[in-house]
Amino acid sequence: MSSTGMIRQTAGAGAARSVERRRARQTARGRRGAGANRRPGWVTYAILTFVLLASAYPLYYSFLLGSSDAQTIAQNPVPSLVPAQHFLDNVGRVLTSDIQFWKALRNSVIVAAVTSISVVAFSTLAGYAFSKLRFRGRRGLLVFVIATMAVPTQLGIVPLFIVMAQLGWTGKLVAVIVPGMVTAFGVFWMTQYLEEALPYELIEAARIDGCSMIRTFWHVAMPAARPAASMLALFTFVGSWTNFFWPFIVLGSENPTLPVAVQLLQASYFKDYSLILAGVTMSTIPLIIVFAVAGKQLVSGIMQGAVKG
Amino acid sequence: MAVTTTPDLQPAPDLQPDPDPTPAAQREPRRIAFRQRIGRWDVKASPYLYISPFFILFAVVGLFPLGYTAWVSLHDWNLIGGKGEFIGLTNFTDVLAQPNFRTALRNTFSIFLLSSVPQVFIGLVLAAVLNANLRAKTFWRMGVLLPYVVAPVAVGLIFSKMFADQSGLINTLLGTVGIDPIRWHANVLASHAAIATMVNFRWTGYTTLILLAAMQAVPRDLYEAAVIDGASRARQFFSVTVPMLRPTIIFVVITSTIGGLQIFDEPRMFDQFGQGGADRQWMTVTMYLYELGWGAQKSFGRAAAVAWILFLIIIVIGLVNFAITRRISTSGSVSGKDKR
Repeated sequence: MSSTGMIRQTAGAGAARSVERRRARQTARGRRGAGANRRPGWVTYAILTFVLLASAYPLYYSFLLGSSDAQTIAQNPVPSLVPAQHFLDNVGRVLTSDIQFWKALRNSVIVAAVTSISVVAFSTLAGYAFSKLRFRGRRGLLVFVIATMAVPTQLGIVPLFIVMAQLGWTGKLVAVIVPGMVTAFGVFWMTQYLEEALPYELIEAARIDGCSMIRTFWHVAMPAARPAASMLALFTFVGSWTNFFWPFIVLGSENPTLPVAVQLLQASYFKDYSLILAGVTMSTIPLIIVFAVAGKQLVSGIMQGAVKG
Repeated sequence: MAVTTTPDLQPAPDLQPDPDPTPAAQREPRRIAFRQRIGRWDVKASPYLYISPFFILFAVVGLFPLGYTAWVSLHDWNLIGGKGEFIGLTNFTDVLAQPNFRTALRNTFSIFLLSSVPQVFIGLVLAAVLNANLRAKTFWRMGVLLPYVVAPVAVGLIFSKMFADQSGLINTLLGTVGIDPIRWHANVLASHAAIATMVNFRWTGYTTLILLAAMQAVPRDLYEAAVIDGASRARQFFSVTVPMLRPTIIFVVITSTIGGLQIFDEPRMFDQFGQGGADRQWMTVTMYLYELGWGAQKSFGRAAAVAWILFLIIIVIGLVNFAITRRISTSGSVSGKDKR
């Protein structure tokens, strides 16, 4: 530590940190032997760069075509890597087309936000009960929840549609929100997390201090659940934003969410891919932003879930 | 203040509060009895209260529709006309007799296999690559996951343009290396491969991260033992990593079965008509279900029959998976010992 003081003074704190890191690595390498923790060679990075390009290029391709025009696209199947100038024009055309882009965007935000909040709230409640409270039938009910994760509920759409029609909800957002308000995965996820993250002692302390059950939940379980809850919210948000089948059936083109609206774009302007892919790009940008901010959490969420599940 | 014991905690036994008057209770018997009763009720009822939103909502929007599907499938039921006569299994026999249904079933399985099998293999390789001691780990992991946030509808639109039969990106690139253009839309298998590519694009990163997490959980000493026994890196991968990952691989396969057999978005977006091609060469079962219920026929009865058949198929495949898992996990450990 102190030996990097000189470097810190001459080359700045960042350089000092990197030297420290390198030294730590070297000592670690020395201790563990050269095998396991060796830095990989350039081949590994070449593979990863290729994969990265493969996962980013289709999105960039969508933007490239979205900033082009129909003629250019027809003439050049391989778009030039520099975007053309027409993206804003195409955006304008998407906005003035009859797919109601703003309405769709607003609808998508509402549906994704409401379902995320409700899934997190109900899953945390149920997860707390399953992991920390004692009641008759707990084990059986939890097994039931886990089993329902394997049930393809999408196949219940016919009666679900009949019910929604009876309620007069077809074409209304509530028809998409209500079926998405709980997920078995969410309950399972929060149960798993709280089991480990919330010590019994904390609950006990709150109870001895005279907290009612719900106050204990609010002041002890909720704060403990926050990391897992934010991940669950993120996954629910992405899932809801990208969901197509049910909104497509029950909402129709009058009151669409974004995927439904984008699909409409293809149906009515299938000859002009610059317009379609401009719309695709516009509908994707919000989640790309979410990904840029919270992608790290998505990654660790998937990896944590995998180890437990 | 009434001391509420903590029977809600797992390690504590479910103790009934003592009815004997404690010193405190002698002073204020009534109030404490009342408070205790509320406290006991609170402890007893709260858990059920907390889990009830999930169960009530899930019963209403998940289980009931699924069960009711069976009821609808036994009736002559129309989107507009509503419920008609009870016609027994006629909807099922009608649907099963349709060539379109069989085509849809074939397409679904074909697309499913083309998407899930390569996905597991690519995922395994990528996970092994990501498992190295990389610089900027999180960056690469995020890069792999990026397609996951793109909606299937968007993926479908982008790739259907890339895979265009004429003047598509992929065919043009194939042309530069001397391969004749492939008729991605007209050819049955090619269309399945194109749609499977969309699925793989979106899900491979997700699968990779799951497998990567499992890889990191493999105990280090297994590798050390393998190294001492002189195993090469490839040998370590096939003899240590893959067997240890078996439960995770099976988990991935099961989840992809449930989702993959219901595939709708990507094939729907593969052309502007959304009917699965002129000869229905890429129409999936869920697309067929949609067409029966909301297309020209508007027959909810038949749509429900298709839904129920697909449901049974998924359940059967799930059970087969489960059975295989159990056999592998019991015999796998034995063969694992043999190898070492």
